[in-house]
Amino acid sequence: MWDYSEKVKDHFYNPRNVGTIENPDGVGEVGSLACGDMLKLMFKLDDRGRIADVKFQTFGCGSAIASASALTEMVKGKTIEEASRITNQDIADYLDGLPEQKMHCSVMGREALEAAIANYRGEKPETEEGEIVCNCFGVTDKAIERAIKENGLTTVEQVTYYTKAGGGCGTCHERIQEIIDRVIEQTGGGIWRTKPKREKTANIRRMKLIEETIEHEVAPALRKEGGDIELIDVVGDKVIVALRGKCTQCLLSGWTMENFVQAKLREFVSPEIVVEEAKE
Amino acid sequence: MRRVYADNNATTKVDDNVIEEMLPLFNEIYGNPSSMHTFGAEAEKALRQARERVGEFIKADPSEIIFTGSGTESDNTALFGTLQAYPGKKHIITTKVEHPAVLNPCQLLAKKGYAVTVLPVDSEGMLDLDELRDSIRDDTAIVSIMYANNETGVIFPIEEIGQIVKERGVVFHVDAVQAAGKIPLDVNKLNANLLSISGHKIHAPKGVAALYIRRGTRVRPFLIGGHQEKGKRGGTENLPSIVGFGKACELAAEHLDVYSGQVRAMRDRLQEGLLRTISETSVNGGESPRIPNTLSIRFEYVEGESILLLLDREGIAASSGSACTSGSLEPSHVLRAMGIPYTSVHGSIRFSLSRFNTGEDIDYILEKLPPIISKLREISPFVETTPAPKKQ
Repeated sequence: MWDYSEKVKDHFYNPRNVGTIENPDGVGEVGSLACGDMLKLMFKLDDRGRIADVKFQTFGCGSAIASASALTEMVKGKTIEEASRITNQDIADYLDGLPEQKMHCSVMGREALEAAIANYRGEKPETEEGEIVCNCFGVTDKAIERAIKENGLTTVEQVTYYTKAGGGCGTCHERIQEIIDRVIEQTGGGIWRTKPKREKTANIRRMKLIEETIEHEVAPALRKEGGDIELIDVVGDKVIVALRGKCTQCLLSGWTMENFVQAKLREFVSPEIVVEEAKE
Repeated sequence: MRRVYADNNATTKVDDNVIEEMLPLFNEIYGNPSSMHTFGAEAEKALRQARERVGEFIKADPSEIIFTGSGTESDNTALFGTLQAYPGKKHIITTKVEHPAVLNPCQLLAKKGYAVTVLPVDSEGMLDLDELRDSIRDDTAIVSIMYANNETGVIFPIEEIGQIVKERGVVFHVDAVQAAGKIPLDVNKLNANLLSISGHKIHAPKGVAALYIRRGTRVRPFLIGGHQEKGKRGGTENLPSIVGFGKACELAAEHLDVYSGQVRAMRDRLQEGLLRTISETSVNGGESPRIPNTLSIRFEYVEGESILLLLDREGIAASSGSACTSGSLEPSHVLRAMGIPYTSVHGSIRFSLSRFNTGEDIDYILEKLPPIISKLREISPFVETTPAPKKQ
């Protein structure tokens, strides 16, 4: 049995945002019945250009359904620009990881999103460009190259896990190897030396987000009152901060912590965040 | 939560009577059957009795039974052992729907220069016997064909096939791993030279199996070591499991009626119930003779792993022909060989029952599965969200 994370199971058992939207602004469709999985994604923007509604339909295994559901949650409220920066790794991270053999589900999510965005912009999705390498699953050299670069893949097997290419008859294995070799040559092997460690990347991004939220959303209001706030540490969902200036004597500092600092962080970073005051 | 085990073609629960029979072999009768002393003699006696029971189960002489470690080992021994015994013969015949324990060795042998004929099956999983007859050559070393298919349960006409192969004087191997215990086995009627059966499919433990080698059939050993199993299989015998296997064979013979009676009735009720309550559903190999415990059924527009996960959440264990469950991306080679469209192979589920299943198990599956298929079809892009008006 697959070792699915609790989050994958939750999104599989209770998929969010299933269905269709009338008159969507963008629609993306990738995969096919024959390939064993397919995802149809559509969204509608609000008047500020943010994704107001997003819905999906999918045919696929547990992790395909979970990836699609997670993706819809991730893009909600984002601008097209922000949404287009979501990588397959982000989807996997959001789900607390996917079994490596199932990473193609996260790639399918990213591709559907891209297709939907391209559809909105009236462009052709990038994944459709290039030359078909794997006939069984209709995967192009461009798509393979991108998966290799974005995920630091080194073996044909990994390429299969991430794109399904080579998972059928196997006659394209040599060509996949050639593409891997070419990417290594082009980048001087650089992408593997800097191969992103899954959790680290996610954590650094999250840390930055926490920092920015405190700097832009929290600190200005406190400074106006003669106080200040400093980020001390982040441990998992726990954010440790220290109050400075007038805040230290404020009788309402406990209230500020919970209803202002924590509320802002929950709003901008993640609903699981718990704020603690550093004891010095 | 109720737990229903309906994956008995994967493996079975060990019968309590089998366990009871095995226990003394761990710490009382623990000698090596090859030893000269009394400890060895006691073990040898237990081994002999197990061999008799297995022989009796398939109507073979005990001297024609060798014990192995798995159905895969039995199949591999049959193939490689025969080819080594007939080094001049370079042709093998098998079918597209065999178990990987036969198909993969054949693929390897093809790479090593053997000519391998892989016979196709029709949409009901059946072989064309004329095609088989025509494909036998003067240099054919072995014909290896399964008795019953593990995924669909489809039974090949092994008696007829055995007759055809025998007429041409070629060695005939039958992989009877899934047939054993579900339909009667008689090696004489089958004209089999070699026949594989496995313990864990018939309520014995895992890790024990047998290969029947008809007297006079030449087979070189696959595992080379001591003189155990008359030099046909090296390695000290796994005596507790072999004794359990012997007991399981005895029990399997006694329960054949249960399979042709109650188990078949449960399978049929499950099949009919699902066909009646779930639209766009069909049975794989449903028109062919099938072993009584197996139902391979496909649901359009949904994917097998999703079905299995939701079934598992309800405590129901089944398996699927879907690629996603196996870790490979290719869906079942058996269903594809039958020409089941790629588009519906992915939604195939196999239920395989045993004599330990009950009518309540069937009721439970019939209660839980239809809403699961509906739920998945609601998510599926291939099903119209607003149902199209029914044709009048």
